[in-house]
Amino acid sequence: MELYSLTIHEIAKKIKLKEVTIREVLDSVYSRIDSLESNVNAYINLTKEYAYITADKLQKKINDGLDIGFLGGVPIAIKDNMCMKDVKTTCGSKMLENFVSPYDATVIERLESAGAIILGKTNMDEFAMGSSTENSYFKKTVNPWDITKVPGGSSGGSSAAVSCDMAFAALGSDTGGSIRQPASYCSTVGLKPTYGLVSRFGLVAFASSLDQIGPFTKDVTDMAIMLNAIVGHDDKDTTSVNLEKIDYTKYLINDAKNMTIGIPREFLSEGLNPDVKKSFDIAIDELTELGAKVIDIKLDYIKYSLATYYIIATAEASSNLGRYDGIKYGYRTDKFENLLDIYKKSRTEGFGDEVKRRIMLGTYVLSSGYYDAYYKKAQKVRTLIINDFKRVFDSCDVIALPTAPNTAFKFGSKTSNPLEMYLEDIYTVPVNIAGLPGISIPCGFDSSNMPIGLQFISSAFEEKKLLQLAYTYEQNTEFHKMKPNI
Amino acid sequence: MSISREEIKHIANLSRIIVSDSELDKYAETLSNIVDMANEISKLNTDDVKPTAHILESVNVFRKDEVKPSFSREKILENAPTKESGCISLPKVVE
Repeated sequence: MELYSLTIHEIAKKIKLKEVTIREVLDSVYSRIDSLESNVNAYINLTKEYAYITADKLQKKINDGLDIGFLGGVPIAIKDNMCMKDVKTTCGSKMLENFVSPYDATVIERLESAGAIILGKTNMDEFAMGSSTENSYFKKTVNPWDITKVPGGSSGGSSAAVSCDMAFAALGSDTGGSIRQPASYCSTVGLKPTYGLVSRFGLVAFASSLDQIGPFTKDVTDMAIMLNAIVGHDDKDTTSVNLEKIDYTKYLINDAKNMTIGIPREFLSEGLNPDVKKSFDIAIDELTELGAKVIDIKLDYIKYSLATYYIIATAEASSNLGRYDGIKYGYRTDKFENLLDIYKKSRTEGFGDEVKRRIMLGTYVLSSGYYDAYYKKAQKVRTLIINDFKRVFDSCDVIALPTAPNTAFKFGSKTSNPLEMYLEDIYTVPVNIAGLPGISIPCGFDSSNMPIGLQFISSAFEEKKLLQLAYTYEQNTEFHKMKPNI
Repeated sequence: MSISREEIKHIANLSRIIVSDSELDKYAETLSNIVDMANEISKLNTDDVKPTAHILESVNVFRKDEVKPSFSREKILENAPTKESGCISLPKVVE
């Protein structure tokens, strides 16, 4: 068994017991990256020099008998929209190709104080806008399960890296499904925490009322460990909530008997791939056998989530991305005549097609004469969707849905029609609209051996229920142990 | 189409993005398709519903007004495309 193929809880223990040195662990994972990266293209930038310096510092502490934290020496990858001091943060865009972060995102500080080592920054759809990572300015990340297919997105690099052992875990961000959908496509565990649970200080903003940082891991135990590291109040983020710190590993309980799972059956018909439906049904049967109570629920407004999402997310994006003007930082055009010219040419040359499309759409729904009909209306429908979820959680602990309606698709097959791409997010966007937590775990494979994800959703700040149910399912199935043959 | 070529020109200008004449039709078509999908919500009656800006109940989060270390000027200017005498330099904007 190679070191790179272990989980966080396995490798952290070996490091602590001095069965392996941190350098050996880093050597193992970087050699894995060296052998696969030219095929997979998961990373935009590696932080090798920093990683080895950190490894040596941590090793010295261990040798001196000091504690190095529960992630001590564990190498982790970061989506390239989170700032790391003195390292480039490109956001997958030409606009930020040469941007070097002057500070660390709070999540980076938290990971480092728990002893983690950052391996590098992973590829993503430009400004996290996309569901396939094809919108990256730099490269196309492939799905390690079939290199002719996409890894999902927008956090495609993070999920691909974890799925083929090019990192022990990774951070991603999820605005409409950007953690859960690539987790589903690549057979990793991906969790989008409740809005406000994890600080977004240092995360490049896309849609501020929806964005949330979360981890990708190889199993549910590692997910609880990663949450322990990154959750917590931060006074640098006004949307960060101040709750009592809990130990998520306490909820790794192999028992579903006290759980009621709600299923919105009506939402499971149109456009759902039969293989995905079949795996979902089998998973629910298994959970029933494990003692969970399964009930049918009705979410009347959930079908309006996608429409609501594309109004709110683009409106907020058009506002957030107004800061890229070619003046203070980021790309500036070479040839210009006046100030307006700098703005227009820098933005036109610096942004890719999907980003421009969303900025323009957001500008449209916010523009004079359309604000009430679109943006305000969407905010009202958002209230209806939130109330719908609140009502349903009176009768169940967790809602189960497929993570995505399909498995990973071929490169280029959905790029000509943006709407088709957006539909891949149909089961994930309602969670962001309502600010709830959602987890995707491996639950099977389709007829071409592509991974399928199972999604659990709970009420706000009930991540512990997601972890318990996901852990129970995982302990009684084998899907999380399957690895891509690459 | 729900969004015309003229409207695309207007939105592009507001967005500070250049859309060439040859791209107008393409943008009009794709944006119209998305807006048509989004229009689905127009049929819902929301007269008595309050809009939600974000899901948290917190309002006006304040912190103590304390002086803390900030970045050096040099550090911040490292990312500026052009600079001069410790400032970000720009073409002349006032005649």
